[in-house]
Amino acid sequence: MNQFALEITDLKKTYDSGVVALKGINLTVKEGDFFALLGPNGAGKSSTIGIIASLVTKSSGKVKIYNIDTDENFPDAKRILGVVSQEINFNNFEKVIDIVTTQAGFYGIPLKEALYKTELILKRLGLWDKRDEQARTLSGGFKRRLMIAKALIHEPKLLILDEPTAGVDIELRREMWDFLKEINANGTTIILTTHYLEEAEQLCKNIAIIDHGELIENTTMKNLLSRLDVQGFLLDMDKSLESPPAIANFKIALEDPLTLNVEIKKDQSINQLFDQLTEQGIKVLSMRNKSNRLEEMFIEMVNKK
Amino acid sequence: MSKNNEIFVSLTTLIRKEIKRYLRIWVQTLVPPAVTMSLYFVIFGSLIGPRIGTMDGLDYIQFMIPGLIMMSVITNSYANVVSSFYSVKFQKSIEELLISPMPNWAILTGFVMGGVSRGILIGFIVFCVSLFFYPTFDIANPVLTILVLILTSILFSLMGFINAIFADSFDDISIIPTFVLTPLIYLGGVFYSINILPDIWRSISMANPMLYVVNTFREGMLGVSDVSIPFALSMIVLFIIILASACLFFLHRGTGTRQ
Repeated sequence: MNQFALEITDLKKTYDSGVVALKGINLTVKEGDFFALLGPNGAGKSSTIGIIASLVTKSSGKVKIYNIDTDENFPDAKRILGVVSQEINFNNFEKVIDIVTTQAGFYGIPLKEALYKTELILKRLGLWDKRDEQARTLSGGFKRRLMIAKALIHEPKLLILDEPTAGVDIELRREMWDFLKEINANGTTIILTTHYLEEAEQLCKNIAIIDHGELIENTTMKNLLSRLDVQGFLLDMDKSLESPPAIANFKIALEDPLTLNVEIKKDQSINQLFDQLTEQGIKVLSMRNKSNRLEEMFIEMVNKK
Repeated sequence: MSKNNEIFVSLTTLIRKEIKRYLRIWVQTLVPPAVTMSLYFVIFGSLIGPRIGTMDGLDYIQFMIPGLIMMSVITNSYANVVSSFYSVKFQKSIEELLISPMPNWAILTGFVMGGVSRGILIGFIVFCVSLFFYPTFDIANPVLTILVLILTSILFSLMGFINAIFADSFDDISIIPTFVLTPLIYLGGVFYSINILPDIWRSISMANPMLYVVNTFREGMLGVSDVSIPFALSMIVLFIIILASACLFFLHRGTGTRQ
């Protein structure tokens, strides 16, 4: 695995309205990667994905998919690219099975083979029982699964998902994560945009952050998270306190009488904290992150910009 | 699989999808023309027709049949493509096509073939309806009849495609059919021969493109026409080439389809 699944060079996009969406993005995604593309609303994520998928016309720059220049041979690039758009983009009045087999047909897969592949992917995504239902009768979560089924029907080497779990409940989201991890493990390169930063943290190996049409970060997830100086934790106790315990070098506050809010610096040991709490007779029942670590960093980076 | 086979499969997929679309809503797409044309045959053919007498030496209802078939073919070919292509834009399901490796010409051909198939099917239905009112109908030139039928439905399917490319709302897809197509068809010799018009109106009518389409079809079915057939056929083919080129240009530029 030594080639790039995606290479973007000096990509610019200015819409007819005059809005500058991309100011010269440079980005590479390695083959086999699970890559997060993050950014606030209007940052340029969907424009970038739109250009890769040929739904948006670029103003200038280069896009290569598995070393195929989209300016020179877009059809070949499209054959190995699958895209799950942010918005539902199928005919709601068609049956589930027809939507997927038709998409297969657009990729040149003959009907008999398309039906076979459709059965496999619908079964894998838990949609087979709903194959004869009109898409409009599906719940939001199943519609999202249908979008993924469509994008995978031609077995792309690069799959781009633009906020695939938006509006999906937690259980279904976790199921989708497992599915995406599985196809990534089987060799499909995945690029994911999401507003759920926990999702990016759970799934992705590498990350890029776009803001105001510019790339403000492009690194590994591990590297990014290691830069966090302070992490906040919530500690649930067995009995209520009237005031927070005083422990040297730790900033502690009461979230409520039964919960401590503790800030721990990168170079501090959690053991020290627990030793001190035990000495003061405070028993901790459970411990959790105060908020998503990546989320904190993301907000900090975007605000700095 | 070779790329040609792949394109063939994608094209037949799109054509099949288009045909299924209008067959699924047959009450909206196939029945209304049959009902409307039956009313035309009853009122203008059976009730008023005998009082009019003959037109270009033919029974009035016989004269009217090719015009009404052509009117149905034109409006349905146009309506099929404009509504189908605008709907895929509106629903964003056009993305299914744009992200696939289908070439633009195949996308255009798929939609046009959908319009042509509906136009021809409607033409056949209206012809069958006309046999209830005028059973002794001999087609003078079947080859010319079928050729004009196909060319006309291609021409108006392409017009519908261009309308859909530029349409931003459902209003935009009804303006042209209501305010341009329908008046031109009614004034294009469906119900009368331009020979009955005063000279000035006859000359003005010659600028109406529908006149050539309707009369060429009438020549095919009945052997009578107010216009030169080679000229009319040449113009239809020329306009097909111009409109198809325009459609491909707009698709390539992404006008109305890509941001």
